[in-house]
Amino acid sequence: MTNTFSQVGTNVRKVDGMALATGGSLFVADLAPENALCGMILTSPHAHARIVRMDISKAEALDGVFAVLYHGNVPRILHTTAGQGFPEPSPYDTAMFDNKVRYVGDRVAAVAAETPEIAARALSLIEVEYEILEPVFDPVKALQPGAPIIHDEPDAHVVIPVPYDKDRNLAAFVETSVGDVDGTLARCDIVVSGTYTTQYAQHCPIEPHITLCELDPYGRVRITSSTQVPWHVRRIVAQCCEIPVRRIRVVKPRIGGGFGAKQEVLIEDVCTMLCLRSGQPVLMEYSRKDEFVSSRTRHPSVCTTTLGFSKDGKIQAIRMHMVLNTGAYGSHALTVGSNCGSKVLPMYPCEHIEFKMEGAYTNLPVGGAYRGYGATQAVFSVECLIDEVAAKLGRDPLELRVQNHIRSGMGSPIFKALGEGTEGVEMTIGSCGLPECISLGAEAIEWKKPRTSSGRKARGVGMAILMQGSSIPHVDMGAATIKLNEDGSFNLLMGATDLGTGSDTVLSQIAAEEIGVDTAMMIPLSSDTDVTPFDVGAYASSTTYLSGGAVKKAALLIRHQILEVAAEMLRCEQDKLSIEDGRILGGAKVITISDVALHSLYSHNQKQIMASASHITEKSPPPFAAHFVDVEVDLDTGFVKLLKYVSAVDCGTTIHPKLAEGQTEGATMNGISFALTEEYLFNEKGRMLNPSFGHYKIFTTADMPEMVTIMVPTYETTGPYGAKSVSEISINGALPAISNAIFNACGVRMMHGPFTPERVARALREKS
Amino acid sequence: MIPIELDINGQTIEMEVVPDLTLLDLLRAVGVVSVKKGCGEGDCGACGVLLDGVYVKSCLILAAQASGHSVETVESLGNVEHPHPLQTAFVDAGAVQCGFCIPSMLLAAKSLIEDHPEPTVEQIREGLDGNLCRCTGYVKQIEAVQTAAAVMKEEDHD
Ligand code: FES
Ligand code: FES
Repeated sequence: MTNTFSQVGTNVRKVDGMALATGGSLFVADLAPENALCGMILTSPHAHARIVRMDISKAEALDGVFAVLYHGNVPRILHTTAGQGFPEPSPYDTAMFDNKVRYVGDRVAAVAAETPEIAARALSLIEVEYEILEPVFDPVKALQPGAPIIHDEPDAHVVIPVPYDKDRNLAAFVETSVGDVDGTLARCDIVVSGTYTTQYAQHCPIEPHITLCELDPYGRVRITSSTQVPWHVRRIVAQCCEIPVRRIRVVKPRIGGGFGAKQEVLIEDVCTMLCLRSGQPVLMEYSRKDEFVSSRTRHPSVCTTTLGFSKDGKIQAIRMHMVLNTGAYGSHALTVGSNCGSKVLPMYPCEHIEFKMEGAYTNLPVGGAYRGYGATQAVFSVECLIDEVAAKLGRDPLELRVQNHIRSGMGSPIFKALGEGTEGVEMTIGSCGLPECISLGAEAIEWKKPRTSSGRKARGVGMAILMQGSSIPHVDMGAATIKLNEDGSFNLLMGATDLGTGSDTVLSQIAAEEIGVDTAMMIPLSSDTDVTPFDVGAYASSTTYLSGGAVKKAALLIRHQILEVAAEMLRCEQDKLSIEDGRILGGAKVITISDVALHSLYSHNQKQIMASASHITEKSPPPFAAHFVDVEVDLDTGFVKLLKYVSAVDCGTTIHPKLAEGQTEGATMNGISFALTEEYLFNEKGRMLNPSFGHYKIFTTADMPEMVTIMVPTYETTGPYGAKSVSEISINGALPAISNAIFNACGVRMMHGPFTPERVARALREKS
Repeated sequence: MIPIELDINGQTIEMEVVPDLTLLDLLRAVGVVSVKKGCGEGDCGACGVLLDGVYVKSCLILAAQASGHSVETVESLGNVEHPHPLQTAFVDAGAVQCGFCIPSMLLAAKSLIEDHPEPTVEQIREGLDGNLCRCTGYVKQIEAVQTAAAVMKEEDHD
């Protein structure tokens, strides 16, 4: 496809790139005033316990301590920490501090003190007496009768009508079915089934959670926070601290990565309360250990899936039963759970589908939003089982996928059946570049080339196909305001939250394209709740598609206003005029946008050329991808070496090709690292044993395989300039693709991540 | 308290510090905020500086140990108007996403290019091994180091 755009589709310089590369003062920690107090949290050493006595007097009396918070002196407001649309689909099961702790790492108290040393000393002076309760760590056991009840408080509840049964540790539940799965499976020529599990993992943004709260002279709180959801922060802090929204301003500076971890209002409420109580600015940051233990994680999963095929290789029925471990709180349990179905099951259209999801409370770290959002957990089983079917049929797994995958013009009953706490919406697939993703990816990995194993090194290839979504239809909203300055530049004020993804750049390109100027003329400002319009935040792969839609609409309004003034200046019909590269063409003479700005601000009939627009969506068009991997398995040690990894992705139009590739590469690498090494280790008391990068291994340059990224252009008519989403999808492929490649290499089926040498070696031993 | 004197990006600083203050905390306290803390345990590589030209993790070094030495951070490489070829290459390659890991990675890259003026992909992978980046997948960063090395070589010739 040739690019007919001047800004869209080009690799303009990332707007914040050089400021970041020169080490500018841009992140929360860089912006803290010298006199900021240090906020610090005391966490629970027990997995499940009631606090029977607490004494904070010694901590309060310590010199340099300005505030101490615990359940005895803060309001008990049950809420969810999940940064989601209101009313939230996650249960209200969390208090700022409670008289019960539900996992090792749960909050017990917080202090604000002059220095970190004093804060730490103050925490050690807080006396807590616990009554230890029996914990439960296994999500399947937690759901069984007789299991210890984690949320035995009477007031935990849901705020939308969804199933919730805290007396059974059931934080979330979804069930849906179409057709007759039982009957169809009984008639199928081939039925495969398996239980696949995924492990605890953390997002590992290199900047951990951090928040700065300051009181201004008007008594308002300014929260500068590393967050993906500034508006949800404002709303939830107002809720928890019982202050009106109008007293809060949330500012998002540059963010050192989020990946979903920062779609959570984790420390802003406590930090604000400390600031209000002390009257001083307070800086609160998580250590790396806190980030692992007390932040959010990828919900571990136990997924039992059954596929039924006829002997001609046509899929007939799918059944999926997913149990998610949501840990001590139900943050995102329902929605991650429904996405397990909605982002995977439609990939193989058939008439008989059953999906059931149970989200179980346990006394372990809390699940949350993590790039991939359920699709990662669910696609593992489906894509491995497709290979199992291919093996049974003696077919090429690639061909079998080609025969069965969803295509442009097709729908799935699942789209309507599974929404996010509400009903979903019916959807027909518009753009679908899956066939090209598969063929180009296969070519890059040399799919057909025979791999020769030698000695103890077995070679194999594997693949997986993927889909995701682009924002949540009827739920998400993005908005933007644009205003024109004298020099022909524009302030682009967006609710959309650039968390390092490059959305300030991409959205600037969209605005510039629509107006007809160079991207350099846009001055983006994202997410200041006092200044920019609303946006739900950076999640659900929504920014380019949804917030981009808002930006494009606002830019169109601006273009009209510019042409209206220009027509007045040039005394001609507005529809004769057009804008190209910042100049107004079609009149008696060429004028610039700067001329128009000067005229409109100073000369005649003065007004500020500015416009705002909001955008919602009826659809969540899926991006698609095909991932391929070439592996070498050491049959003695079980070490899996990736020789080459290919990610071919259809995200519609790539507004900024390099940034889209970067999103794909980053997500792919995170997926590989998750598949091969990342996992939480716990002792028998539920304490995480490896909360550091030294013991929780994420991939570095030394570990990476050769990476090939292929962007397959399609055009999604409902998206801005044809764009869909790109950020999440590629984290999902590694687990099934590598499992399939290992199977191809040495005939063992890895069903439990991560595929560490020990696990693979054990599987090899069991096989022989 | 221990009196220390060190050179930070060409400026001499004299002050008294507590014995367990890390070089990382000292640098941030005196306003050199390009040096980031991602773990404080020597594992993430966000806090790298050049100590007498050698790339080290500043969270593993005490301020007192650095006394009498010179510290170079990314502030000394270039600025927005006059960036260093490494900074230009990183930005143009799309190697900067959130940017939190970048200042330190640039210093690691500078140090590796000094050792290997024409670095191979293998040498770059080895040289950047200590710098965790969760955003990019490293592909564009490796590319950027190669580009920058070529530009720097050219500039050397001029
Ligand atoms: S802060 Fe992580 S290595 Fe120094
Ligand atoms: S660019 Fe975000 S951690 Fe490297």
